[in-house]
Amino acid sequence: MRHLMNPLDLSVEELDQLLDLANDIEAHPSRYAHSCEGKKLATLFYEPSTRTRLSFEAAMLNLGGSVLGFSSADSSSAAKGESVSDTIRVISCYADICAMRHPKEGAPLVAAMKSSIPVINAGDGGHQHPTQTLTDLLTIRSLKGRLGDFTIGLCGDLKFGRTVHSLIQALIRYPNIRFVLISPEELRLPDSIRDGVLRKNNQVFREEVRLEDAIGELDLLYMTRVQRERFFNEEDYIRMKDFYILDREKMQLAREDMLVLHPLPRVNEISTEVDDDPRAVYFKQAQYGVYVRMALILTLLEVEVC
Amino acid sequence: MLSIGGLNEGVVLDHIEAGKSMDLYRYLKLDRMDCSVAIIKNAHSNKMGKKDIIKVECPIDDLDLNVLGYIDHRITVNIIQDGKIVEKKRVELPERLINIIKCRNPRCITSIEQELEHIFYLADPEEEIYRCLYCDEKYHTSRKKKIG
Repeated sequence: MRHLMNPLDLSVEELDQLLDLANDIEAHPSRYAHSCEGKKLATLFYEPSTRTRLSFEAAMLNLGGSVLGFSSADSSSAAKGESVSDTIRVISCYADICAMRHPKEGAPLVAAMKSSIPVINAGDGGHQHPTQTLTDLLTIRSLKGRLGDFTIGLCGDLKFGRTVHSLIQALIRYPNIRFVLISPEELRLPDSIRDGVLRKNNQVFREEVRLEDAIGELDLLYMTRVQRERFFNEEDYIRMKDFYILDREKMQLAREDMLVLHPLPRVNEISTEVDDDPRAVYFKQAQYGVYVRMALILTLLEVEVC
Repeated sequence: MLSIGGLNEGVVLDHIEAGKSMDLYRYLKLDRMDCSVAIIKNAHSNKMGKKDIIKVECPIDDLDLNVLGYIDHRITVNIIQDGKIVEKKRVELPERLINIIKCRNPRCITSIEQELEHIFYLADPEEEIYRCLYCDEKYHTSRKKKIG
């Protein structure tokens, strides 16, 4: 039995197979419509999330399976003080696979250590968000035609932005990628990723504060939201939240084939006037998120579709 | 000259950084063991100037010496049997530390699930960096912390 805690839990070959499967699901959805009949996905969401939870649920429903779960800690037994370890032991009796989001880092790993069903980390605090990474990789590969040989700008909250951390860890396994890390000083990439991942693996990267100073050289721009829930101090959040706003003017400085990705939800960091630009692919990215989660559920449940 | 009786069976931990012996006493849980322990502080050392030494009279298997590598892997372990040194070992950085140090990250799951073991894995042996298994929070060994 396998779990998914971190994008690196999958080898490059396994990841390729998963993305191939997702592309096949995209091309032939009806072939997979009954592949998980009789199977149940538990969505254990200890903090609010609309799109990740619904994306998981849509994925399971598209496969003909069913879903159960909760969408906040208040509506779960955690409100009564039950531990993650105990909850997962019980859920293992009810469902075939589970997706867990938790505000505490490492909670899904604790669940995986005690579980008898596959556990998917659907986001743990500011730590990891591997299925967003799978979504990002599928989007890049499907729309750019390759993983590797590009310059990617990661912009916004790089300190607490777990999607960025997971994406970097996944991308360093592909050749010839140049990273441009665009953030205010206070929200720079933590040393566990900058030193522990980028420097350690001799990756080419540089840090910038102004988006305008980097956008012209990018093949991909990955925007992130400054997340209110990651700040202990409201004043710091207010000071940081509008640091970057991607608008039509800045898009004019970008290449014709640069793609703009965003894990969503966006607040102010991408002006709505950019939405109609063909380079803005963040809504397509959400659709790819469903395909890749379908592929992941099939893979972890070891369901073969002929 | 201070004189401490020899051991029949046990270990002598030598080349402990001066002043660290009481930390080791706690990490090795010697306070909970029913055995003879001698702690020598600030002994003269040609190599180190001053050093601490711990002598423990007990079967070697009763001690978990892995933790020594985390404290200072320059410590020498002398294994004593029948009153003689039968083996001299250098300790290495352990691959895992279980319940030796606690994760201080308030966002880590260990901050709310009290019964969880605090597990750290060796992430970078050269830099002597450990990371929390759950949240990847970084910790240096005591020695590196001092140097850094």
